[in-house]
Amino acid sequence: MKRKSVWVAGLAMPVIMAMLLLLGSPSVAANDQPSAANAAVKIDNFVFGPQTLTVPVGATVTWTNKDDIPHTAVSTDGVFKSKVMDTDEKFSYTFDKAGTYSYFCSIHPKMTGKVVVQ
Amino acid sequence: MPDKKKDLIDQKLQDLNNDGVDRRGFLKCMAWAGTGLVWTMSGGIPVSRAFAKGYGKDAGKDKGADFSFVQISDSHIGFNKPANPDVTATLQTAINKINALPHKPDFIIHTGDLSQLSKPSEFDTLDQALKGASAKQIYFVPGEHDMLSDNGEQYLQRYGKGTKGNGWYSFDHKGVHFVGLVNVANLKAGGMGSLGHEQLEWFEDDLKGRSASTPIVLFAHIPLWTIYPDWGWGTDDSEQALSYVKRFGSVTVLNGHIHQIMQKVEGKVSFHTAMSTAFPQPAPGKAPSAGPMKVPADQLQQVLGITDVNYLVSGRSLAVVDSPLGDSGSSGSGNGDGSGGS
Repeated sequence: MKRKSVWVAGLAMPVIMAMLLLLGSPSVAANDQPSAANAAVKIDNFVFGPQTLTVPVGATVTWTNKDDIPHTAVSTDGVFKSKVMDTDEKFSYTFDKAGTYSYFCSIHPKMTGKVVVQ
Repeated sequence: MPDKKKDLIDQKLQDLNNDGVDRRGFLKCMAWAGTGLVWTMSGGIPVSRAFAKGYGKDAGKDKGADFSFVQISDSHIGFNKPANPDVTATLQTAINKINALPHKPDFIIHTGDLSQLSKPSEFDTLDQALKGASAKQIYFVPGEHDMLSDNGEQYLQRYGKGTKGNGWYSFDHKGVHFVGLVNVANLKAGGMGSLGHEQLEWFEDDLKGRSASTPIVLFAHIPLWTIYPDWGWGTDDSEQALSYVKRFGSVTVLNGHIHQIMQKVEGKVSFHTAMSTAFPQPAPGKAPSAGPMKVPADQLQQVLGITDVNYLVSGRSLAVVDSPLGDSGSSGSGNGDGSGGS
């Protein structure tokens, strides 16, 4: 019983990660020729998804927290800093300059992400 | 011992890092997790024995010379999700449990995450509940949830009087030196908990001139030993802090944050994490994330609890006893893997 559930969890993790990758890659590919001005990052299971988001200059990125635990999105270089997002709360930031913006959750610093503005 | 409980212990053992602790010996110690342990210093080597047996004998001999305190942790007042929709009620149950202890504790240590969102109303609720505790002196250290939006200003105003930096301090009680450390402030991207240079300097200085025979108790929110880096369950610069206590004969480290009991002995240092009074979290790596673990309502009180620490002057020993909020009989722990969050 226990063995089985451990095995299932072990199997589920790679599957979930693969799904996240699959979800992430089309948006990256689509943004090779950026057109949409708005993009979303979903925070789920202590992960920013997609971990790297590519958007055009002027795009507004909205983070939404889908966890039961509060998170933040804070730029490593101090460019932007969300308020604390409780469950289902959102934070938006508009990127006016091209560049790569690394950010993390200041509450759970193992959570990191990137916004590439082209 | 019921198989279920033994399973849980085995599982937790497997989860621990390779730390050089003899597994067989450790298993013997861990067999008492949830019921009680006495760590006795014997020629510099900590030896564990059954709590009920050893403590009973020493308690009789040393009446009046020993003292006890209680650790509670991770109350998360303000949390209201399915894992536990009423965290104030379970905190109250914990306080009732403290008040029902056969010996009145000298004080209570709260190892952080008092609140869910650092809101004044959440701190108010916690204060109100703690007013009903038999022990009036309460020592706090902040968890990351207590320093969310205001760099801990609200926390420090309420609980940080007379502390240094982000709320660290030390005090002496009946010959034991206690140090409250803060490892949840100014966290860096990609890292775990952090004490920071200023606090480490202060800590080293704080220990200077103290006799190596002084028992030391360190308490902080995030574990001061690396339990599971992927989930940030550790403190980046804890090794440096622990190097300062190397010369002491008895060091006990009490932490919270991971909402479950884990214990480890390394030389003269024994590490211990406490249960939460609010909701359990999964064993390391046993769920996609460290989020709240949902257990059936009738099992919730078995995975929440308090930690009662007894200090016996005669043996310079600290006995750490975890009790679940529910009746501590031998019923299954309910802390099976993967039942929630996956």
